[in-house]
Amino acid sequence: MISGFAVAVAVASLFVAAWSFLLAARNREPQRALLAGLAVVEVLVVAQLVIGIVLLIGGGHPGNLVTFLAYLIGALVIIPAGAAWALAERSRSSTVILGVACIAISVMVLRLHEIWGGASA
Amino acid sequence: MPEPRRTATGPGRILVAVYAIFALAATSRAAVQISTKFAEAPLAYVLSAVAAVIYIVATVALARSGSTPWRVALVCLSVELLGVLTIGTLSVFDRKAFPDATVWSGYGEGYLFIPLVLPVIGLLWLRRTARVSQA
Repeated sequence: MISGFAVAVAVASLFVAAWSFLLAARNREPQRALLAGLAVVEVLVVAQLVIGIVLLIGGGHPGNLVTFLAYLIGALVIIPAGAAWALAERSRSSTVILGVACIAISVMVLRLHEIWGGASA
Repeated sequence: MPEPRRTATGPGRILVAVYAIFALAATSRAAVQISTKFAEAPLAYVLSAVAAVIYIVATVALARSGSTPWRVALVCLSVELLGVLTIGTLSVFDRKAFPDATVWSGYGEGYLFIPLVLPVIGLLWLRRTARVSQA
């Protein structure tokens, strides 16, 4: 199922997170390339939502439907909200915030995967 | 003349971002617990909701500047630290009352112990922003 794709989303978001922290360590403000990386992660999260809904329509049974949908939909807002908060005051801290948003995405993808596999909460 | 007690600038913004994520996580978790299985462990789920409210208020208070939000944040973070220590201890000693994890169960072990570390860092940040404003 979602396994292969979940791994892709998690790896992409962890990669962008590591990139953010590296830039922050080098005292950089958020740059266009990093924002493009975030956009890629967001696109993957949207694709994940579509895949998740298709699987549910196809008769998939996650451990807890409400939680599964909450994670699917909740993951959509993390990067836009994080980017808005980060870019309102550009500094090294903004770059860290973008990394934190990506870490949150990878955790949510992991939980989604567990719930799809039958975990109840 | 900078506005006093600016908690939402520089590194403080990272703190606000982490608090916002926890506000979202705790609120979602409490909502699911209370709406689907409240009777199983009412105490745990009410406390779960209390934790969610504290995270929301702390996020908003830290995101604003000024002495009133600063005081609200101080109260929130103090209660949060007490809460995570109390519920952490209760959940370790009384597994039955806490059948499934709340944000503060086991001192926040389900969340890499971040709930335990967060109020400590937050209180240190509040102390620092208070000092800067008096300078």
